[in-house]
Amino acid sequence: MEITFKINGQPQTVDVDGDTPLVWVIRDVLNLKGTKYGCGKAACGACTINIDGNAIRSCSYAAKYANGKDILTIEGLDESHPIKQAWTEHIVPQCGYCQPGFMMATNALLNRTPKPTDTDIDNNIINICRCATYYRMRKAIHRASELTNENA
Amino acid sequence: MVRSSAGLGVVIGTGYFTRSIWRRYIAEFANTVEAPYQGTSNDPTIWFELTTNNEVILHSTKVEMGQGTHTGLAQIAADELGASMEQMQVKHAESMSGNVDKFATGGSTSIFSLWVPLREIAATMREMIRTEAATLMNTSIDQVSIENGVAKAGSQSMTFGEIASQVENWQEVSTPELKPVDQLKYVGKPIPRIDLKAKVNGEPIFGMDAEMPGMLYGSVLRPPLVDAKLISANTSKAESMPGVVKVVKEEDFIGVVADTFYNAEKAKLTIDAQWETNKDWNIEDVADMIKVGKGDAQTIQKSGSPKGILNDDEGLIRAEYKSPMGAHAQIEPNGAVAFVEEDKATIMMSTQVIELTRKEVAKRIGLSKSDVNVKPTYLGGGFGRRLHTPNAIQAAVMSKAVGKPVKSFLTRKEEFQHDTFRPPTHNVLTAKLNDEGLIEAMEHNISSGDVSYGSPLLPGFVNDFIGSDIGAWRGGMIQYSGIPNYQAISWRVKLPFATSWWRSLGLLANTFAIESFMDELSEKAEKDPIEFRLAQIDNSKAGKRLKAVIEACRDKANWSAGAPEGRALGFACSTDVNVPCAHIAEVSIENNQIKVHKVTCAMDPGMVINPDQVRAQCEGSIIMGMSASLFEEMSLKNNELQPTIYGPYRMAMMRHAPKEIDVVLLENDDKPGGVGEPPLGPIGAAIANAVYRLRGDRIREMPLKLS
Repeated sequence: MEITFKINGQPQTVDVDGDTPLVWVIRDVLNLKGTKYGCGKAACGACTINIDGNAIRSCSYAAKYANGKDILTIEGLDESHPIKQAWTEHIVPQCGYCQPGFMMATNALLNRTPKPTDTDIDNNIINICRCATYYRMRKAIHRASELTNENA
Repeated sequence: MVRSSAGLGVVIGTGYFTRSIWRRYIAEFANTVEAPYQGTSNDPTIWFELTTNNEVILHSTKVEMGQGTHTGLAQIAADELGASMEQMQVKHAESMSGNVDKFATGGSTSIFSLWVPLREIAATMREMIRTEAATLMNTSIDQVSIENGVAKAGSQSMTFGEIASQVENWQEVSTPELKPVDQLKYVGKPIPRIDLKAKVNGEPIFGMDAEMPGMLYGSVLRPPLVDAKLISANTSKAESMPGVVKVVKEEDFIGVVADTFYNAEKAKLTIDAQWETNKDWNIEDVADMIKVGKGDAQTIQKSGSPKGILNDDEGLIRAEYKSPMGAHAQIEPNGAVAFVEEDKATIMMSTQVIELTRKEVAKRIGLSKSDVNVKPTYLGGGFGRRLHTPNAIQAAVMSKAVGKPVKSFLTRKEEFQHDTFRPPTHNVLTAKLNDEGLIEAMEHNISSGDVSYGSPLLPGFVNDFIGSDIGAWRGGMIQYSGIPNYQAISWRVKLPFATSWWRSLGLLANTFAIESFMDELSEKAEKDPIEFRLAQIDNSKAGKRLKAVIEACRDKANWSAGAPEGRALGFACSTDVNVPCAHIAEVSIENNQIKVHKVTCAMDPGMVINPDQVRAQCEGSIIMGMSASLFEEMSLKNNELQPTIYGPYRMAMMRHAPKEIDVVLLENDDKPGGVGEPPLGPIGAAIANAVYRLRGDRIREMPLKLS
């Protein structure tokens, strides 16, 4: 079926089986590889993207539901984006595989809660990082919030 | 007569007792020996590529899986080359054209094993650049100096890029003397990771992102049960599913090749497969097998005569500890993109074992290994999970069957079902104290599933020669060399499923046992746990380094002041790959859960190449080790390994991570040591010791659960 949505600001139409998980449409049809497959069951968060500003795990989101939606992936955050800047300043990534998912989860959190507390971070950043970069990630989230509010 | 691969050239007696003693000496030797680097080429022009754009590309056979090796290697190389850090790039060396490490990336060996060879190769390259620069500038070599990627002679200067654009054949030169360490500019500096930008931007650098033109997708039918054999499989429905190109049937697997991953996977799920198991396996069976006293024993360490002292119950202190099976659970699944053509094969994938991958693919496809080009990608986590790569063989077989490139990877459920787990362990410690409250004799018995045994990474004769599992007993030797009588014994048991290398191997479980026991003994001796330990370490070089680390950790955490109200501090330390490390965990109980607020870590890697990345390894190891100590546990029920998804397989998340991690780095050696695993050792015991001090509740089993 034909599905039309906006992704990283650009209108896009794809013709796929509507039940295909959105992660494969983003990765294999649109060739945006920053969104990762980790578990296919919405359990790890590596595939987290933003749909209409909310954090969505794209491995468990059928492509057909994306029709008419506004999608943002890691490629849609430009290099000077506060989240990318904060991640760079704190040298967060180790293997790096899960980081785009965490950054998109952070983006959705900051949309709703521009100045998150540690508890907000604990409750909303529920992805898994096997290198366990959580310690720096928490600092980077606070820093991204600071940079966002400075720029605002 | 047998010769060890390390060239010991020792003569081994044929009698059982002699052999056993020799094996102990070999184990003791293997515990401290530094594994050598085993590359196939020292040719600087294979290692380094100077581009006309003035870049210096280091083609690394050591893979980057998060541990920061590429950054450290680039720093080391830049210093000897006289390059600037800004022009350095690191790429994974392809096996057909590049240097191939014959062993692996693992065991925290990359930086220390390359510390000298890489500097020699880089220094040779610098001399080659100088030689060419002299010719190009029409001057003598001794007039040419090199710094920041520029060759200068009097008023003339040329960048590396300018030189590279005019050189067709680099002239061979002999290796010059290395620069004195105190003149190195980048070594020791917190240079940002060289892959930082790519990783922050989500660039397609991983095996899962790899593609080849015209690529199809392959899904492999794998046994869902332990110890299972395929009896029959009806694939007729799968063959007619949308997008399916071919169902590939082999002796050892069935693969469905289709146009998309989704279609391949959907078709695979329609295969009606019958599996037969030999025996009903449950976790209780495993627990019953992994017991000190069962299987084959080998003494791996001995000093004095502990047996004579510990053989009666008078004053004997004894405790048992256990740890469960743990999954690697790296987020990037294993997979490969393979393209097999008539006379060659290309494999793009995340692998820790380039040599093993190409050898196994070559053998299965019927090519020579030099015709297999393994193009390693960045790894979405390694942790030992990619030290064997049967998935590369499967992708290659499917590619050969359809004549096109095939990408194949495991689903998460398959990752859990076919992981090669951290083995379950059972440790028994016994000791007696003397009148001064110090340890008179101590014995450590380790029972574990296999780590190095059965691994295709090590030839069988290596394990037979050593006679014990060097992975299982890692961290199991007693480091309190001031004790007059002690020994460690390793027991081997073979389980019905694969257990293997998991970051730090036996270190976490063995340290949990020894260091919990040390706290138990210190209480019996009515001594401070840290002073108790310090009093029983000798003044050898290793002993001094360990003591310095313990004292640094104690002082940094302000141990004597104790913890804030409602919390307690717990201490533990370990030595791994000659790198001592100590942790103090500050712990409380919240909602009947153990909460780790702060960890102070002191470590002495000898020499630090990049303090920021060494700290990152400490932080990550602490939280990963905490995750294993508090939450992680695989089980087995009616031959099904469980759980098979994150969530039910509990792991540390943001909310569990300590908010403070304080790392102190000491540098009490003249060369760098490994840092990827040593800081994982003490954390489990440090937490358990803190919990005990908080509520008098001694937990002797991981994951630590409150009663």
